Amino acid sequence: MAKQSEQISAARRSKHGGILTVFFTLLSVAWIAPIIIVALNSFKRKAYIFRNPFGISAASLADGFDRWKAGVSKAMCGWMNYTNGLKTTHFFSCFGYSLFITVGSVLAIVLFCSMCAWYITRVQNKVTKAIYLLCLFSMIVPFQMVMFTLSKFANMLHLANPVGIIVVYLGFGAGLAVFMFSGFVRSISIEIEEAALIDGCTPLQTFFLVIFPILKPTTVTIAILEAMWVWNDYLLPSLVLNVNKYRTIPIAVQYLKQSHGQIDWGAMMAVLVMAIIPIIIFYLLCQKYIIEGVVAGAVKG
Amino acid sequence: MNTKSMKKYFPIFVIPTMLAFTIGFIVPFVYGIFLSFCKFTTVTDWTWTGLKNYSRIFFVNGVLDTTFLHSIWYTALFTVVSMLVINLIAFAIAMLLTKGIRGTNLFRTVFFMPNLIGGIVLSYIWLMIFNAVLQNFSKTIVSTQWYAFWGMIIVVCWQQIGYMMIIYIAGIQNVPGDLIEAAKIDGANSAQRLRYVIIPMLMPTISTCTFLTLTNGFKLFDQNLALTGGNPGKLSQLLALNIYDTMYGTTGWQGVGQAKAVIFFILVAIIAIAQNKLTTSKEVK
Repeated sequence: MAKQSEQISAARRSKHGGILTVFFTLLSVAWIAPIIIVALNSFKRKAYIFRNPFGISAASLADGFDRWKAGVSKAMCGWMNYTNGLKTTHFFSCFGYSLFITVGSVLAIVLFCSMCAWYITRVQNKVTKAIYLLCLFSMIVPFQMVMFTLSKFANMLHLANPVGIIVVYLGFGAGLAVFMFSGFVRSISIEIEEAALIDGCTPLQTFFLVIFPILKPTTVTIAILEAMWVWNDYLLPSLVLNVNKYRTIPIAVQYLKQSHGQIDWGAMMAVLVMAIIPIIIFYLLCQKYIIEGVVAGAVKG
Repeated sequence: MNTKSMKKYFPIFVIPTMLAFTIGFIVPFVYGIFLSFCKFTTVTDWTWTGLKNYSRIFFVNGVLDTTFLHSIWYTALFTVVSMLVINLIAFAIAMLLTKGIRGTNLFRTVFFMPNLIGGIVLSYIWLMIFNAVLQNFSKTIVSTQWYAFWGMIIVVCWQQIGYMMIIYIAGIQNVPGDLIEAAKIDGANSAQRLRYVIIPMLMPTISTCTFLTLTNGFKLFDQNLALTGGNPGKLSQLLALNIYDTMYGTTGWQGVGQAKAVIFFILVAIIAIAQNKLTTSKEVK
């Protein structure tokens, strides 16, 4: 009897599951539709992007298939938007700057902040306590509060270039990273370090040979959170960098809009696609780490 | 640990981070507060003006200027609506995606993806779509401040629902199965199980997600700049864009912009502290 009812409920669940699968399949398609529409439009002539945004032909299918087919070749322009977009934005150099700044900043943040966090957690005095509280405090300060003074100081200190901005990112990103690393260091038992020190390790050796490997899960989490921030950041680099010389991808996209608000939508579509593709590749390759990192970051932050 | 031998390592371990932290945060922050009481065009040419910047936020030549006040309530409304919509949908999707249906992993992957695309790129994708749809009604996304409002809501939903969904899924999976089993045996139906077992167990997750969406909404900038640019007029300016516009849009107003930034910081700090108090008091229970 009990077995029978179990079978029924299992059957009901799977029936329910089928409906849900269909529902979520439709929702997923809707979810990525904007990206697909942009990809489609990136091959269309400028004039047809808004004349027929969701189709691929200049003529309606109701006019007969031949006219529709002729309309397709009229509306489509092959790779023209891409060559335009590449030329006006210098996309490859923007990609290079974005990559360099993101990788450099993340490496700097992960290395220096983990060192700092370990030290201030293990050596407890007034100075280290003050540093910890300052880091905690900096997390609630919005960027608008410091944007003017920060960009002017960065300029005065000759940090308005892709190398210098790494220092700025280390400084502004230190709060969260030090806070999260400190939380994890506290959970490491101190005996391990004492054993290393007794065996004759200097504090530097102890950190790099013993502690840093243990910190790896937190390091991955922080690296992912900071990489997502730096790669997509617009305001900080647009204020700190000399934008006539160095543009990251978000800056290049924003500057496609001209001062009087005019946008070359053909080039825009192509640049958007080129901006999205590296993100999707990165996401599919590191999906597991990204999702774990987001969960771990949310729990601790 | 032997503190004395550690002391001489202070420069190696702490100084690099603290140097950058001083340049990137401490000095700009303190100097920013100072400058909000000055008239200046760059950081070296300041003259002390006291509270004049703060009064100029609200009164220009003795006449009440409501731009900033409008921006505050527009931002507050935006923050609350986006928080509610994002959390409700993300929670609903997370509940359904923890039932073990076929394709769960694929759906999770798809829903999360927009989150990795930055605010600027995201907004131009939607700007094209909004204007393509609205042109049929001879409208654009900046026809009124409410078109802009709901446009931005849709964009942040698309961006953040996946992120919050991931956090909710992790939370729901941590609810012990025996607890739900026990409630089932006691005769609780699925609505009761949700209300009296799952939601109370999820309180920490819920407060994390509400806090994240709250601060994200309040500090939103990129999407606002790229999607509406504050148009029509300055009516769809959220606080962050209003400050940026004051600071860089008109010369001679940098001081007022900085003063607005100080107020903005205080508002963000109040939200953060209130949220923190609320969470810790719940955790004690």
